[in-house]
Amino acid sequence: MIDNPKITDPEKEKRKIKCVKKMKEIMTSYYIDAKTAVQNNKKVAWITSGGPVEPLIAMDIIPVYPENHGAMIGAGKMGADLCSKAEDMGYSRDLCSYARADIAASPINGGPIGGLPKPDMLVCSNNICGTVVKWYEIQARYYNVPLFIFDTPFIHSEPSPEALKYVKRQMGEYITFLEEHSGRSLNHDRMKEAGILAIRAQNLWQEILDTAANRPAPMTAFDAFFHLALIVTLRGTSTVVDYYTELLAELKERISLGIGMVPEEKYRLLWDNLPVWYRTRWLSDKLSSHRASLVADTYTSAWCGTTHLYDENNILESMAVAYSSVYLNISIDRMYEIIRGMIFKYGINGMIMHSNRSCKPYSFGQYDLQKMIMKNLKIPVLIIEADMVDERAFSESQTETRIDAFMETLASG
Amino acid sequence: MSNLDAFYHALENPGRYIRQWKKETEKRAIGFFCSYAPEELIHAAGAQPVRIFGSGENMSRADSHIQAYCCSLVRGSLADALSGALDYLDGTVFPHTCDSIQRLSDIWRLNSPIKMHIDVILPVKLNTASSREYMNDVIKKFRRDLENKMGISISDEEIIKSSILYNRIRKALRELYKIKSMNPGAIRGRDLHTAVKAGMVMDRNVYADHLEEYIKELRSAMHGASSDRYKRVFLAGGICNIPDIYSSLEESGGAAVWDELCTGTRYFDGEIKITGDPVDAIAERYMERLICPVKYRSMNERSDSLVRQVREHDAGGVIFLILKYCDPHSFDYPDMKKRLDMEGIPSTLLELEDGRGIDGQIKTRIESFLEML
Ligand code: SF4
Ligand code: SF4
Ligand code: SF4
Repeated sequence: MIDNPKITDPEKEKRKIKCVKKMKEIMTSYYIDAKTAVQNNKKVAWITSGGPVEPLIAMDIIPVYPENHGAMIGAGKMGADLCSKAEDMGYSRDLCSYARADIAASPINGGPIGGLPKPDMLVCSNNICGTVVKWYEIQARYYNVPLFIFDTPFIHSEPSPEALKYVKRQMGEYITFLEEHSGRSLNHDRMKEAGILAIRAQNLWQEILDTAANRPAPMTAFDAFFHLALIVTLRGTSTVVDYYTELLAELKERISLGIGMVPEEKYRLLWDNLPVWYRTRWLSDKLSSHRASLVADTYTSAWCGTTHLYDENNILESMAVAYSSVYLNISIDRMYEIIRGMIFKYGINGMIMHSNRSCKPYSFGQYDLQKMIMKNLKIPVLIIEADMVDERAFSESQTETRIDAFMETLASG
Repeated sequence: MSNLDAFYHALENPGRYIRQWKKETEKRAIGFFCSYAPEELIHAAGAQPVRIFGSGENMSRADSHIQAYCCSLVRGSLADALSGALDYLDGTVFPHTCDSIQRLSDIWRLNSPIKMHIDVILPVKLNTASSREYMNDVIKKFRRDLENKMGISISDEEIIKSSILYNRIRKALRELYKIKSMNPGAIRGRDLHTAVKAGMVMDRNVYADHLEEYIKELRSAMHGASSDRYKRVFLAGGICNIPDIYSSLEESGGAAVWDELCTGTRYFDGEIKITGDPVDAIAERYMERLICPVKYRSMNERSDSLVRQVREHDAGGVIFLILKYCDPHSFDYPDMKKRLDMEGIPSTLLELEDGRGIDGQIKTRIESFLEML
């Protein structure tokens, strides 16, 4: 055999994060486990990305995340096809494309991994949106499996004592639900262990994201979008902790060697909303060409924004409070405070907001946020129109023109 | 003014009605969204609860605050609030419903000239012990919020009086609907719709009297009118702010004999118990009454109840009225339609927008649907 040496650009090679390969292996083996759950006598629970997953881990129930599946569908550019299939089933094109893609994938085992494993139960928390409740109801009917809703009252100002009591009380109902439908009982030591691992994973994730505060940033939000899958999917296991420890070490090394992700980084940008999954590479190249590094985002940081609310000695109840306080479950004035903090922490010059047709709770309010940020913080904010999964709602040329113009104003300002 | 004229008069220009009412009574008016707003308590607080419907005018005023991919109820109401068209309101109450209303509350609080603002974060699920307790807690909190923000105190007696009044109104509305169902020719759909909606604007005591008299009038006029001429249709969906739909139906030989709308049965379904704690009794009605897609009680509840009601009122078909960009209703639609198909009940979907009215295309859809029945 003759080696076929690939021509590689050493400059580019140097900038690649080496851990990535391992991350792919972890995800592959996770999905194999999930898809062979039945053979191994394990139960599968579908759960929303902001759902309380730790009890599942502690009870050996395999958590599966349709939203992560949606992201894979988007990244695999299979979104438009599945979404249009959902429309044929009667679902309006104006609905969230994660939900549409997932609902359409179910009967045909569609998507990049041949469909998700069938659920034995569904766990849904509306701390991210009301859409997930409707989506999970539909899937509960389709698979004819029980549904648990972890109801997290929205926080317009402060969380009310009434709401706190309610979410804490639901944790007990949640455990009863899981015990009933898995035929096992929760071991409280294991629960505590999963809780502690989740806290450690979240702290590590925060440290990872914070490396981007360095100039040049050793990673960008695009890397965060990719590495996010672990904290979403396996939070509460040691796998995440081990991997993130390794990733953090690599990023720290890059800092000490002065390796930035974007060559000759000049501008530092903040991203709002979900990624445009089918155009991440394009967008990343586009911004790099302007010497702009997308150093932070409001999306991936949502998985470590409430870690301080966890209490190791009262895992279940403190978890309930933490889950109901996440980024999408708070008012736009509270969001503004978080964005303001990020702008200072990461040394931001400009912000890009993705007005995402799919995600109303994330996108509505952006116009007011934009005004507040521009007026109070004097940071320019660009809004681009797209959809995270459904490519049909995206115009490359229009977006390109707008980004170019925005970067020009940044350069001249 | 005849009873019916009073309803039309109030709805024709709610602002004029409320301004006049405020001058006469020197009381406050509080706007609210959604039939899950506990308006009984607003009334018990001595204020006039006014249901906010977008006027559909100057919608573009909302454009600098909210994206176009948002339902016309939210955009239209916001446009009205920003333009000052709602300046007769002294406050707004936002019950937690859908993602769009949730964010509208923020945008409203930050931008509208209406300063008093109360969010009522109701539970989303209505089928557990914890959610029942929370519902009670939240309605009690709403009472306290009203008391604090209005600088008043609301007595239990006032709450009971208000509940009795609302029971009276809801009972009368049920009667009115039964008349329509039994004898569709006895009342025009448009009049029925107006009679219901007027009750979301008018002084509730005055309204209750008008409503009961109106029913008496209808009863005495009702002899010999035959119901056979109409094709019996059921309306499914959320709120209807497009009265023309009723005329279009009737012009094509149909009649809406029953519905599950928030400007219909969902508004008057269920009675408040007059015994026990008066606030808990109000909470209980909201736990039990006809569900809407932003709340969850059980997996098939809406389909089951739809089929049951269609049968009960002998409707030949169902028209779904859904506002464009309305997530909760659009998510429910395909499975509900499938269920109707299984039961052999024909249905059609009309995607509507406030301020757009009934255009030729929708009219044709209605006509061809009725022909099928
Ligand atoms: S993208 Fe938005 S609407 Fe869709 S599931 Fe996620 S949070 Fe909900
Ligand atoms: S459909 Fe539901 S959310 Fe909409 S007005 Fe009616 S009760 Fe409220
Ligand atoms: S019409 Fe639908 S989207 Fe609009 S406010 Fe009502 S429930 Fe929400």
